[in-house]
Amino acid sequence: MPKIPLKWLEESIDLLPGSTAEDVAAALVKVGLEEEGIEGGSVTGPLVIGRVMSLVKEPQSNGKTINYCRVDVGEHNDPAGPGHKPDNKVDYPESKGIVCGAHNFVEGDFVVVVLPGAVLPGPFPIGGRKTYGHWSDGMICSAKELGLGEDHSGIIVLKSPSGESQVFAGASVPDEALVPGADAIPLLGLDEQTIEINVTPDRGYSFSVRGVAREYAHSTGQPLRDPAKVELTSKRGSGFEVDIDDQAPIRDRVGCDRFAARILRGFDPKASSPTWMKRRLDQAGMRPISLAVDVTNYVMLELGQPLHAYDLAKVHAPIQVRRAKPGETLVTLDDVERKLSPEDILVCDSPDGRGSRVIGLGGVMGGLETEISDTTTDVLLEAAHWDPITIARTARRHKLGSEASRRYERGVDTALPPYAIERALRLMQEFGGGELDEIYTDINDVEPVRPISMDASFPGTIVGVEYRQDVVVDSLEQVGCKVEVSGSMLSVTPPTWRPDLEAPVNLVEEVARLEGYESLPSVLPVAPPGRGLTHSQKVRRSVARSLAEAGLTEVLTYPFMSEQRLDDMLVPADDIRRVQAVRLANPLSAAMPLMRTGLTSTLIDAVKTNLGRGAQDVAVYEIGRAYRADHIGEVPTSFSGSTITPDDVERLNEALPGQPRRAAGIMVGNRVPASWNHGAEAFDWTDTIAMVNLIADACGVTLQVSRDPFPGLSTMPLHPGRAATFRLSDGTPVGVAGEMHPKVCENLGLPPRTVGFEVILDDMIAESEGRIAPASPVSQQVLAKEDFAFVVPDHVAAGDLVASVKSAGGELVEDAHVFDVYTGEQIGEGKKSLAVNVVMRAADRTLGADEVLAVREAIIAAAGEEFGAVLR
Amino acid sequence: MTDLSPLDADGVQAAVDEALAAFAAATTLDELKEARIAHTGDKAPLTLANRAIKDVEPADKAAAGKAMGAARGALGKALAARTEELEAERDARVLLEETVDVTLPVQRGLKGARHPLETLQETMCDTFVAMGWEVAEGPEMEAEWFNFDALNFDPDHPAREMQDTFFIDPPESGLLLRTHTSPVQVRAALERRDALVHEGRGIYVVCPGKTFRTDELDATHTPVFHQIEGLAVDKGLTMAHLKGTLDAFARSLFGPDAVTRLRPSFFPFTEPSAEMDLRCFVCGGQDAACRTCHGTGWIEWGGCGMTHPNVLIAAGIDPFEYTAFAFGMGIERTLMFRHGVKDMRDMVEGDVHFSQQFGMEI
Repeated sequence: MPKIPLKWLEESIDLLPGSTAEDVAAALVKVGLEEEGIEGGSVTGPLVIGRVMSLVKEPQSNGKTINYCRVDVGEHNDPAGPGHKPDNKVDYPESKGIVCGAHNFVEGDFVVVVLPGAVLPGPFPIGGRKTYGHWSDGMICSAKELGLGEDHSGIIVLKSPSGESQVFAGASVPDEALVPGADAIPLLGLDEQTIEINVTPDRGYSFSVRGVAREYAHSTGQPLRDPAKVELTSKRGSGFEVDIDDQAPIRDRVGCDRFAARILRGFDPKASSPTWMKRRLDQAGMRPISLAVDVTNYVMLELGQPLHAYDLAKVHAPIQVRRAKPGETLVTLDDVERKLSPEDILVCDSPDGRGSRVIGLGGVMGGLETEISDTTTDVLLEAAHWDPITIARTARRHKLGSEASRRYERGVDTALPPYAIERALRLMQEFGGGELDEIYTDINDVEPVRPISMDASFPGTIVGVEYRQDVVVDSLEQVGCKVEVSGSMLSVTPPTWRPDLEAPVNLVEEVARLEGYESLPSVLPVAPPGRGLTHSQKVRRSVARSLAEAGLTEVLTYPFMSEQRLDDMLVPADDIRRVQAVRLANPLSAAMPLMRTGLTSTLIDAVKTNLGRGAQDVAVYEIGRAYRADHIGEVPTSFSGSTITPDDVERLNEALPGQPRRAAGIMVGNRVPASWNHGAEAFDWTDTIAMVNLIADACGVTLQVSRDPFPGLSTMPLHPGRAATFRLSDGTPVGVAGEMHPKVCENLGLPPRTVGFEVILDDMIAESEGRIAPASPVSQQVLAKEDFAFVVPDHVAAGDLVASVKSAGGELVEDAHVFDVYTGEQIGEGKKSLAVNVVMRAADRTLGADEVLAVREAIIAAAGEEFGAVLR
Repeated sequence: MTDLSPLDADGVQAAVDEALAAFAAATTLDELKEARIAHTGDKAPLTLANRAIKDVEPADKAAAGKAMGAARGALGKALAARTEELEAERDARVLLEETVDVTLPVQRGLKGARHPLETLQETMCDTFVAMGWEVAEGPEMEAEWFNFDALNFDPDHPAREMQDTFFIDPPESGLLLRTHTSPVQVRAALERRDALVHEGRGIYVVCPGKTFRTDELDATHTPVFHQIEGLAVDKGLTMAHLKGTLDAFARSLFGPDAVTRLRPSFFPFTEPSAEMDLRCFVCGGQDAACRTCHGTGWIEWGGCGMTHPNVLIAAGIDPFEYTAFAFGMGIERTLMFRHGVKDMRDMVEGDVHFSQQFGMEI
């Protein structure tokens, strides 16, 4: 995002008196330009130029070698004589003693010295101190320490008379300023502040000093001095021949609608850029390279118009702008060979026929072959206007976001090209000499900006503030619009730098922001009475609360999953959790390309986090979605951009992967920790079934529990003998619960006997949606209890036996449940005893002994018939 | 010792005094029982004297009966009183002996908790439900059309690049993980369009939920996060109504003095667009060293604006007849500044200690 040096901004607008960088940022944010950072201005002196008089290398016991330097810092020098204790045994000339750990400098070099009393960015106050057996009065500075860059590998050498040291490129201090003791803060521009601005995608023109100055004018009312207002010294005509031949416009827009070019001849390629220009480029975040390149960058930063300089000697007229042909390639300035796409718009020249050679990726980056070099004397300067869509696609396709493409894809002022060329060539001429051609080329196919009709009252109806008509007109004129008034109707022609102003509502925003959002009244609208929370929303809250009250802690895990996780969970190859897994095209981590197909697979991560931090008893749950798709890629798009019908929505929804809400829990260790009054009780498989029943209760449904697996879905990661499956009354599978497979625990580093559950909440909630539960009368009669001890074969499920008992007992049976399970010698091999307690009651009478007996006999008969059950 | 005569007034009085003294001297219920047997039992002098009434002269029977009745009455009363006293003492002693240390740990099982992002989300929804708004939800794995096209994101506009999107493989599938909950706004508007057009029933919905962007996890970013967005569509809605709604929302979460401020910004789906800041509820803008607002006095809270006409058109709503506003904010961010959570990672790593400090409500 653009960095705007305040000194540069001040060339186009006077800041309000006494403004700090923070004040300027605050003014800009009022009109929609957010500050991302303020640089500079955070060093307070003394920070001075120093000359290294002597340098003694002293190896240390820790393996490092330090330099004890005596540095000439002019008026800050200590008088000649013994140094500061402990350096007081030697006589030194007028100088300061400084210890320095860097080794990229030699005696005689000019360096930057920070002396005691100064404060470096951090803030990092500097004082004199004893170190490595010397007294050190401050530091010799690196670029990073001064906030001039990230380089911390060595100190800044401003000049090396011996030529032995490499001179720092990020600062440009003229020789005459290299006086020991001179204040280095202004010399390095450290007193100059730069504001980095976050430009929203609709404000391409704010990618320039010119645009930011204009916004500052909008905010403060200070008058703008438009830096693009330069006098054109040449005539438009047949300069360097150019033609635009776009045979394949994208979305009906030609790739280039303006191309201006002009020549500067006899330029001195060895001329260097003035110091102030280099410094501003530095501050704006661009590296100074050569005068010609620096000027193109400087003018782009100032006006927002990207420029490209060609070495005229290497370009064969005419230039043709066209789309790429299949198989064409271009080596761009960054020395990368690009395979071009027919959608790329190109600048070509004509060595072997018109448009035969590609010399630039239009609006994105120039080619290496025609680049200006240190021998270029004749410069051909291009300023064009490229279509934002073409540029955005090309920059994305080649992963080549350049300063130029960033501007073009957000929109560049179509009126700028001849002015930007004039400004740039004059700067080149001023510092590098040469003669400007009197005629310049300017192919201009730019369509005139179409006026927008708007009623002057419209902004008020959207914003809720009654703007007077003259206020509306004035605001629009301030942003550069031409406004024609006819009664209350306005015909508004936006300025060329505002391609984002396309409709009345865009103009509304301009009026609102110029008048200030702070003037908005606060009015609470009254909504019609609503439906409240839906059944599903209420039930999910209830489920979440029930699980939390049952001792589980809610966590939210990332839904990203590795294949390895499914392997560790022993999920078989044909399981739908693998087959129907949805894959990300651009996962954050290549190891985690899948979206979870169940919550358990990622909930494990939360368990591991807690175990890893020393927890022994962990019980966590998550409510969220998991994703499964039996096929991908039939999402309809035919309605894109216009009205969508309910049928469209339905087709679209059907094409989305299944993503029902689920609830899952994993429990490890003890449900009840051991304490002073009772022993520990470990979590076991029964807890998971209890949790599922708790959820079912919250959902208002009754589930069928069994050990029968679901089709296509193995019971992994659960223990095959300790896995329960749950179904709704119509047989719809909704969940599993039980103990983890011992091998899975081992694979995942979970403790043995870890238990867990997972259910599909949406299906359970749907079953009770809209249901109005009928009440049964509460019987006031005394109940009758009967106990049965049935001996049955081992394989008989208690649930089946109880179901049979209830059904045989008929409506007199209020409840039946197993209260004891016994195996042993008395029962016999392959058998078990299930003790069942049956509670009977009639609504209208106390049951007689004969009635109870009849029920008892019916139960015994049914149990015997269905399960071979014998009473003990 | 000769038997006590019921007519021997002094003797009877002496026996009574002796019994009362014995009852009073008893310090336990057992001693009192012994005293009772000794003084009112079958062999006790007064019992025998009572029995001897039948042997006295008929003329004296009445006097004897009266004297003995008074004596026995006095004894009975004293005995009952003393019994009550001693029982009360015993009960008090038992209760004292049964005293326990109530500061011992009494945990019966693990302590559970809700995740604060979920409870905060519910609290936020409750504010709007109380104002008549509805809570709308939608899929997390969403069609690109709903996430971008319907929201006025031009396919080639750099705004699409603002949102670092997870796409579903294959990339041409047209599927992605939603980058915001805004697609739910469009879905909710589509569902409610008929009621709006035919019954004049304005659309007022909030859309909370999980959203995804390709940010690496660090102290202030997470690739999976939560948003709550609001959408109101009605006749005559203005930015002033947007401001009023945001102020009401801010007051419900941050107290009666909460204030919001809007700053111009850009979003493809709103025009005019604004960033929304909350007046720092910790320092009120009075503390240059405030850790919550970093001394700026304002906390960036979310984005908002008047819904772009193209979005209404995509939902089949006539932008010349209806206007709409929308807003959205991050729930993680809200939790961070409302509760002083310093590190985003605490919310996503699943350490139960994080959830447990918030409990069941927030």
